[in-house]
Amino acid sequence: MNSSMVIGQYVPGKSIVHELDPRTKISIIFFFVIIVFFANSFMSYLLLTLFAVGSVFITRIPLSFIVKGLKPVWFIIIFTFFLHVFMTKEGNILFTIFSYPIYSGALIQGISISLRFFLLILVTSMLTLTTTPISITDAIESLLDPLKKLRFPVHELALMMSISLRFIPTLMQETEKISKAQASRGVDFRSGPIKERMKAIVPLLVPLFVSAFKRAEELAMAMEARGYQGGEGRTKLRELVLTKKDYYVIAFFILVITGVFLTRQ
Amino acid sequence: MEISFDDVKYIYQPNSPFEHRAIDNLSFTIPSGSFVAVIGHTGSGKSTMIQHLNGLLIPTHGEVRVGDFSLKADRKKTNLKALREQVGVVFQYPEHQLFEETIQKDIAFGPSNFGVSEEEIQRRIHSSLQAVGLSSDMLERSPFDLSGGQMRRVAIAGVLAMEPNVLVLDEPTAGLDPKGQREIMDMFHDLHEDKGLTTVLVTHSMEDALAYADYCIVMDHGEMYMQGKPLEVFRQKEALNAVGLEVPEIIELLAKLEAELDISIPYEKQSLQELATLINSKLKGGAST
Repeated sequence: MNSSMVIGQYVPGKSIVHELDPRTKISIIFFFVIIVFFANSFMSYLLLTLFAVGSVFITRIPLSFIVKGLKPVWFIIIFTFFLHVFMTKEGNILFTIFSYPIYSGALIQGISISLRFFLLILVTSMLTLTTTPISITDAIESLLDPLKKLRFPVHELALMMSISLRFIPTLMQETEKISKAQASRGVDFRSGPIKERMKAIVPLLVPLFVSAFKRAEELAMAMEARGYQGGEGRTKLRELVLTKKDYYVIAFFILVITGVFLTRQ
Repeated sequence: MEISFDDVKYIYQPNSPFEHRAIDNLSFTIPSGSFVAVIGHTGSGKSTMIQHLNGLLIPTHGEVRVGDFSLKADRKKTNLKALREQVGVVFQYPEHQLFEETIQKDIAFGPSNFGVSEEEIQRRIHSSLQAVGLSSDMLERSPFDLSGGQMRRVAIAGVLAMEPNVLVLDEPTAGLDPKGQREIMDMFHDLHEDKGLTTVLVTHSMEDALAYADYCIVMDHGEMYMQGKPLEVFRQKEALNAVGLEVPEIIELLAKLEAELDISIPYEKQSLQELATLINSKLKGGAST
């Protein structure tokens, strides 16, 4: 397993953020993502950054862990920054690099766009860091409930999601096992020309697909044997309930939003 | 090929919250041509240990030597491919590694990766298929049409076709019926004898360890717990029970006979029938005097 993959990994904890109703978290993040694009002044950015960093702080997940996990995205953030710095031509010329003029507006643009990026990724990765995949799918099912009136298969969709999430670690284990077995038979996955390495994937993929299909069939059989039936009339083991905590957090978030709109220019 | 571990330690995902020390302080030597059983409870580090034998894992600390090959943490440039040609590994449920369209192609996969010539591959396909007790007219069939037991045999044939000097077996009979288990184990034992292989068998079956191995390594929590000849190891019932292992039923029975009826019979791999006759005669002898 790749330990640097933080996006999508759940870190158990007992913070307020962990204990919030997943629906609260999803809705807050949904609106946060929209609000980020409304920010355009120093104060509004400051408010949003404080909110995001503050909630990361509350989760008590070690900051180093999160920063390390964002490694793959740093490149995009820095790339966007430089793209804006070099491409925007607004405001006054601040200084020149190798006779290339850098404008003040470009610097502001670069910083704000990459800050937006950073905030988006930070907040969305908080969802998966503090929420188990199962509660996320439960929340999505509950949030999409109104669509049932339009005969949209909400329950089936949620079930598909949770089954696929459930089998990711299993498939990863399986991949490792088979790649070791094939490496023992002389396949080299790590070196050699690209063409050879592409060919080396076949002995890995075929057994993986075979076992995935077999597993799916067995799962379907086991579900049927236990009388599984879709969403209609099915009760839940874990009911999602909004508590006082959720209302407080939502109220606080609304304050933040209002703040952002007031400080906009 | 001689295999030796010198103070080997292996840590999964070091310097992360998920760090896990799988083996530690492991030192032993397996002389060339011996049949070694590695026993231990689930999670005792057996599987991690055997993955060092063909360089799938490189020790975090210490050194592993297999013949002339050496695996060490700081030395990256071991010729792993040459090592893997010498060490064949049969993993748990090896049938999961089958992927080709025909049995023939699947068995040929290993040797062709190592650059064995076409005629030689053909010869090996037939000899390894014969070794696992399958007939040659199955060669053109798809491995996925076979029964579980047959798939296992094809997968094993795929490893045997590499003609390794060291054979590593990770619970090769798990999930087979008793007859299949005995056939496969007998087959490995015959191969071991015929070709002078060095065989390392990871097993949960104390009966297999007693019947086939000439040396036993008992692991617990990633460390060496006991080692010695099977009979010496299985004499220490309390120590084995302490790490969740049992003593083979035959040994247990003989120990009981000695303790309760004062009949002592040294175990020399007698069959059940022979033992029964022996016990019978001892009992009668005891009654007459």
